[in-house]
Amino acid sequence: MQESLSKRCTVASDVVCPFCGTLCDDIEVDVKDNKITDVRHACRIGTAKFFSVLEEGRPTKPLIRKNGVMVETTVDTAVKKAAEILKKSIRPLLYGWSSTSCEAHAHGIAIAEEVGGVIDGTTSVCHGPSVLAIQDVGCPSCTLAEVKNRADLVIYWGCNPMHAHPRHLSRYTIYPRGYFRERGHQDRELIVIDVRKTDTAKIANKFIKVDYGRDYELLGAIRAAVNGNEINAEVVGGVTKEEIQKLAEKLKNCQFGVIFFGMGLTMTSAKHRNIDNAICLTKDLNRHTKFSIMPMRGHYNVTGFGEVLTWQTGYPYAVDFSTGYPRYNPGETSANDVLQRGEADAALIVASDPVAHFPRKSVEYLAKMPLIYIGPHHTPTSLLADVFIPSTFVGIETGGTAYRMDTVPLYAKKVVDGPKGVLSDEEILERIYKEIVRGK
Amino acid sequence: MIEVNLITGRTIEQGASMEISKLSDEYTKATAICELDSEDMTQLGIKDGDNVKVSSVAGSVIVKARNATQGPHKGMAFIPMGPWANSITGTGSDSTGMPPFKGIDVKIEEAKAEKVLSARELIEEVYRGI
Ligand code: SF4
Repeated sequence: MQESLSKRCTVASDVVCPFCGTLCDDIEVDVKDNKITDVRHACRIGTAKFFSVLEEGRPTKPLIRKNGVMVETTVDTAVKKAAEILKKSIRPLLYGWSSTSCEAHAHGIAIAEEVGGVIDGTTSVCHGPSVLAIQDVGCPSCTLAEVKNRADLVIYWGCNPMHAHPRHLSRYTIYPRGYFRERGHQDRELIVIDVRKTDTAKIANKFIKVDYGRDYELLGAIRAAVNGNEINAEVVGGVTKEEIQKLAEKLKNCQFGVIFFGMGLTMTSAKHRNIDNAICLTKDLNRHTKFSIMPMRGHYNVTGFGEVLTWQTGYPYAVDFSTGYPRYNPGETSANDVLQRGEADAALIVASDPVAHFPRKSVEYLAKMPLIYIGPHHTPTSLLADVFIPSTFVGIETGGTAYRMDTVPLYAKKVVDGPKGVLSDEEILERIYKEIVRGK
Repeated sequence: MIEVNLITGRTIEQGASMEISKLSDEYTKATAICELDSEDMTQLGIKDGDNVKVSSVAGSVIVKARNATQGPHKGMAFIPMGPWANSITGTGSDSTGMPPFKGIDVKIEEAKAEKVLSARELIEEVYRGI
């Protein structure tokens, strides 16, 4: 397929978009002479991602820092240097993984085990608290196809899909016609609960403004109303008692409801306790009707990393191999904690950009240690790297497995060949692993 | 000077421009901004597009003030996720692994004479000297 694609103008259909956890699998990509010329059906961010393979000045040669300056080198030399750094390190941090394939994850985890490192995904800075809550109280969830076919009440709580998951509403939740929702959005109701009147809130049937950091209390009050208990306050989290009671009745009386939640719950004060309460509300509602809950996973394969790490180690993120067996204790073995305590002495960063997305103090530590970076672009992290091995784009230049936010795995296709000599994350990581174990 | 609660997060402009390149002007334009409520802007004596200095206990950063389009949210500021926001996000994770990306106490002052750095300048100037 790749050969025919690269030789003539063609249309690749049912392509999976490798940007967000919505993992749209209906994208059409026009390819001429191995170049992407048009992208259809994707949102603004997805389209930008496909065209980013054409970035001018895209790095194609590995770079190594020599006397403070990054100089070009061969893949073999860069792989050897990366293996050497990881072997020498006492407590390496292997971080990222959300924008690459499950096949690459497996090699990354093998390296972490071999070098006794800490391996963590971007989960720890997005839905880590959701994982903690799910481990405490379970998670009554469903697939996005069930939402599309059945849901008549959709709640977005502390998330703004119009910006972060732009096609979520049109593909799965509000606008599509479903088996039991033949009239699409006319058969459904959208409620948004947030601290701001977001662009998602603007198109909702109902927007409920919660005071910042008061989601836990509001969830508790809704649970009280759902369970027939008295609310002992006139206003909870900025929402009146009457409004809470009305909302509880609406939730109890829908046919199939679903709560999607985001960083507005995972990042604010009560963190995992917010999610715990939201899941318990969902459980309470199942005494009255059918209700589900789902985290709005951000990067396209952040869910997949959790799956692979769990089936290989028993834990979904923040796994520490330093004692020779996997140990899991978020807050201690999670990336930012390991960095901010000054423990890590080398880092392998794959398919993510912590220098842009970690707090300043963590980045200051990253800047001090030997840093290996594998990814397709120059990024703030590549600027600080000591070894930078450019890789192909999974889902555009390399095929691979990714998990949608509802844990449905999809195969992200290859639509064009990558630049000559540029390897995939999977191949690079496999080579680093082989170099580490060579001669053992 | 005003004191507000800062939250950080994704915007579609930040998401699309980071796929162009985080070292591009588009990314700086989309991400080195602080969305403020119009009442807060009036109190600061600034208008859309003026530079402001946002400071927390962790540090400070210069960004462009923007009229909030997802408001009103007096007393709350929003900076898209990225190196500018993370120049002022704090430390610790309350033993959960999750750093404080929302709910940060910040001071905002007008800084019309100061320059907004690009991502490259910000990373190189702030961190390379370590
Ligand atoms: S919604 Fe997400 S997966 Fe779908 S096209 Fe946009 S970025 Fe891609």
